[in-house]
Amino acid sequence: MAQVVGLPQAPHILAEELPSEDRVQLNIDFSKVNLDEIVLPPGEDFGIKSDDEEEEEEVSEFDSGFGNVIVVDRLPVVAPEKYEKLESVIRKIFGQMGTIREHGLFMPVDPETQKTKGYAFIEYNSPEEAQTARDQADNYKLDKAHIFAVNMFDDFDKYMKVPDQYTAPEVKAYTPGENLLTWLTDEKGRDQFVIRFGSDTEVYWNERLGKPEPVYHRAFWTESFVQWSPLGTYLATIHRQGAAVWGGSNTFNRIMRYIHPQVRLIDFSPSEKFLVTYSSHEPSNPRDTQKVVLNVFDVRTGKVLREFKGSADDYATGGVGGVSGVSWPVFRWAGGKDDKYFARIGKNAISVYETETMGLLDKKSVKVDNVIDFSWSPTDSILACFVPEGNGGNQPARVSLVQIPSREELRQKNLFSVSDCKMYWQSNGDYLAVKVDRYTKTKKSTYTGFELFRIKERDIPIEVLELENKNEKIIAFAWEPKGHRFAIIHGDGPKPDISFYSMKSPHNVGRVTKLTTLKGKQANALYWSPIGRYIVLAGLKSFNGQLEFYNVDELESMASAEHFMATDVDWDPTGRFVATSITAVHQMDSGFNMWSFNGKLLYRIPRERFFQFLWRPRPPSLLSPEKEEEIAKNLKKYSKKYEIDDAESSQLLSAADMENRRKLQDEWKAYVAEWKRLQEEERLLRRELCDGEASDEEEELEAEEVEIEEILNIEEEPVSFGFEQLD
Amino acid sequence: MRPILLKGHERPLTFLKYNRDGDLLFSCAKDHTPNVWYSHNGERIGTYKGHNGAVWCCDVTRDSRRLITGSADQTVKIWDVETGIQVHSFAFGSPARAVDFALGDKLAVITTDPFMGAPSAIHVKRVDSESLRDSSESLRIITGIQGRINRAVWGPLNKTIISAGEDATIRIWDAQTGKLIKENDPEAGHTKNITSLSKSADGSHFITGSSDKTAKLWDIRTLKLLKTYAAERPVNAVAISPVFDHVVVGGGQEASQVTTSDRRAGKFEATFYHKILQEEIGGVKGHFGPINALAFNPDGRGFSSGGEDGYVRIHHFDADYFNIKV
Repeated sequence: MAQVVGLPQAPHILAEELPSEDRVQLNIDFSKVNLDEIVLPPGEDFGIKSDDEEEEEEVSEFDSGFGNVIVVDRLPVVAPEKYEKLESVIRKIFGQMGTIREHGLFMPVDPETQKTKGYAFIEYNSPEEAQTARDQADNYKLDKAHIFAVNMFDDFDKYMKVPDQYTAPEVKAYTPGENLLTWLTDEKGRDQFVIRFGSDTEVYWNERLGKPEPVYHRAFWTESFVQWSPLGTYLATIHRQGAAVWGGSNTFNRIMRYIHPQVRLIDFSPSEKFLVTYSSHEPSNPRDTQKVVLNVFDVRTGKVLREFKGSADDYATGGVGGVSGVSWPVFRWAGGKDDKYFARIGKNAISVYETETMGLLDKKSVKVDNVIDFSWSPTDSILACFVPEGNGGNQPARVSLVQIPSREELRQKNLFSVSDCKMYWQSNGDYLAVKVDRYTKTKKSTYTGFELFRIKERDIPIEVLELENKNEKIIAFAWEPKGHRFAIIHGDGPKPDISFYSMKSPHNVGRVTKLTTLKGKQANALYWSPIGRYIVLAGLKSFNGQLEFYNVDELESMASAEHFMATDVDWDPTGRFVATSITAVHQMDSGFNMWSFNGKLLYRIPRERFFQFLWRPRPPSLLSPEKEEEIAKNLKKYSKKYEIDDAESSQLLSAADMENRRKLQDEWKAYVAEWKRLQEEERLLRRELCDGEASDEEEELEAEEVEIEEILNIEEEPVSFGFEQLD
Repeated sequence: MRPILLKGHERPLTFLKYNRDGDLLFSCAKDHTPNVWYSHNGERIGTYKGHNGAVWCCDVTRDSRRLITGSADQTVKIWDVETGIQVHSFAFGSPARAVDFALGDKLAVITTDPFMGAPSAIHVKRVDSESLRDSSESLRIITGIQGRINRAVWGPLNKTIISAGEDATIRIWDAQTGKLIKENDPEAGHTKNITSLSKSADGSHFITGSSDKTAKLWDIRTLKLLKTYAAERPVNAVAISPVFDHVVVGGGQEASQVTTSDRRAGKFEATFYHKILQEEIGGVKGHFGPINALAFNPDGRGFSSGGEDGYVRIHHFDADYFNIKV
């Protein structure tokens, strides 16, 4: 054994973390860089350590050359005459687990006693085989007295290095982590948002007055997109090696990394306890379908709790949208605060997983034949699934509500001649609207109706709603968040109608009533305020960015505006502001506009190559509904403080603004005075250049002034008035 | 006031120039014939026939007797303003892009495009009547700039020449020796093609417009960046008001993309900015193609714009304009 101690060890590359700030703040002026002069440092990685190498650390140990050698201990000690017998037995046992190399089996013999020493070295063709042999043959019972102890040869080296003396591990003093919720305690009650344009990502405070205040800026922060976690605690970035989350109110330190090479999409659980990451990989055989890898991480520890691998086909059933075959999110999370269940749709079944064990609930999927779509209630663990017509139309289509974990069917509705179904949950899980497209009798066209489920009422009553003109196309449907109303855009052609309905009626609580219909609106999308009551009726993309701010309580329009070519509308989480953005790259003026809830344009931020605008979500309010109501009642009292604040800061703002303007004007005056002085010096030279003509500019200008006075006499009143005013 | 729409050109406008008194407006377009108009009523006085290519630029002498035009037909011609007779024609080996008379009108600076392997160049020519009779040799030729030189103008006392063009750099040259004196600070400068350059009335500073969607104001001696105006669209034309602290900026979506989107997306307005505060004051709509040329009337009471749409619009300001408070 002694001869192996001095063997070269594989170079352990400990990837020291480059503080990534260094990359960004180099302040290199690339226009001055001559590319030919740059000499790259030697080595394949140019001396730059990649983050990946951290993970390869253990693998590289095999390079020492003895990685495919195992040591078998506790063999019988035999005399020379039995040597060959023992050798053939060992060869038989260990030959099953891999190919033993030529002369790869060596049993040392004690030179004094001529007996074997009771152990053997076996060399395999590959480290993998050695590893399998170690795992399988360890504790192998040759007979009662001889139970093999098999170890990797390299492990000996490792265990030899363990010091004999026990030294207690150093206990690191507990350093409290950063409080990740400080952004919620902003004195002015402002909200944050993140924007991404070009290669830059920036976070801002949205100001009630004036321009937004920058919080954090970083170039090349993410390799594809950024995403807030559902409660706004983390900002996730996507990289080649995996995803990372960042937090805090203005520091945005990295909190955790989630290793998942070539990650494409991520999804947080609603209470941000878990993170699902997704990647797809090209198969080695081009005829195969793409391979997909899904990981479920614990957000706080960064550990992989469960890994799903498979071909894209297995994950492609049901749903629409997403990328390259699969519909995203693959896993849909059950409502409620504790992130208890998540589910995905499979063939003839819905697989519901429990987060506690990360296994299938009750070890089997919920069997639903031919299911093509499902959704969770946003607040309860109730599944709504849709099964289309089967058996050539003999079996009706069906929407059913299933309680998890009891798997009890709460309600079921059979539907006939259905072409398609869409499910819309109200944000409190009080109501479920199912939009049903049905074939007409001729089967040539379809018409649309709604099935409205009242989840919270006894027996879940269902009501059918059909539009007055049921042949009209439904363009959009949206529930009022936390409310009982919903809006529908319906109609064909460029000017559809918009109708508002309520699930309550003045006389009968259990009946849906129409509130109003707005005729001929240029709208194709509905954006309710997160607190309800207000809605933005938007005509995006082909409708050129028409915006109407509508108050549904009063049923009146508050303002109409236009953000030409707008592609996105986002309400802030408090329902005070609306951001409209143009994110398409080829558009002329990408960037975003900020509006108040009632449609007043507050400011515009144009940005080249604008990609993303995202409000930082807020966790749900800790106030009880009663308390909230009380605040709403005494709003005047509370708002006073903010009004004073606003007045002060607006005064401050205008004072600073005035000061700034005066400074600019003064600077300019000084500049002009300096110029005049130089001009005076050169007066004669200039006259010379003009052949000494008595037409030096200054003199003529004076003459012109006289002329202006003359004009004054000929009654050009408004103009001369203008000149006076301006000076 | 309602603008006066001049329909004298069949092709996109390229340049507009008022004479010193502000009564005449000269217009150049990609059709081959520059026009001259009465600026107060838009009546066409006449045309200058003789070029055989797009006319890119023109200038007029202080006494309004001579007009100089540079054209893609590789000539620069000098005309008698009153009669429209061609007085002289300089021939070059490549298209002429910019022309500018020096103070005293004895010299002119002319730029030529890179063409058939020949590099772009700045030429200085004598243009007084005696010299024209004798020879038409260039007094000086400056080369060494990459790409087109879209504008070249004289600096104070004809001592320097300021050039700007496709390489996004503004340069000051010694007019006597042809040596490069200064380049603008690349940090502060434009990042894309500089399309236009226009001096202030007193010649102390100038404004440049660029495809990088900004216009910038520079000191003519030190080449120090004074102001930047964010225009949110490629800038093709710029002008400085001779009386107020206003600048006007025009441009719009590239002409090749105009037909693919809505008219409003193009931003074909002439936008006014406060020269000192850099704030937008207002805009004048009307063109249905990008604005290629802008010029202020020397009396400051009006301006005209020329567009890719082939129209020239003469605007006389309303009384309100003189009351604008920023």
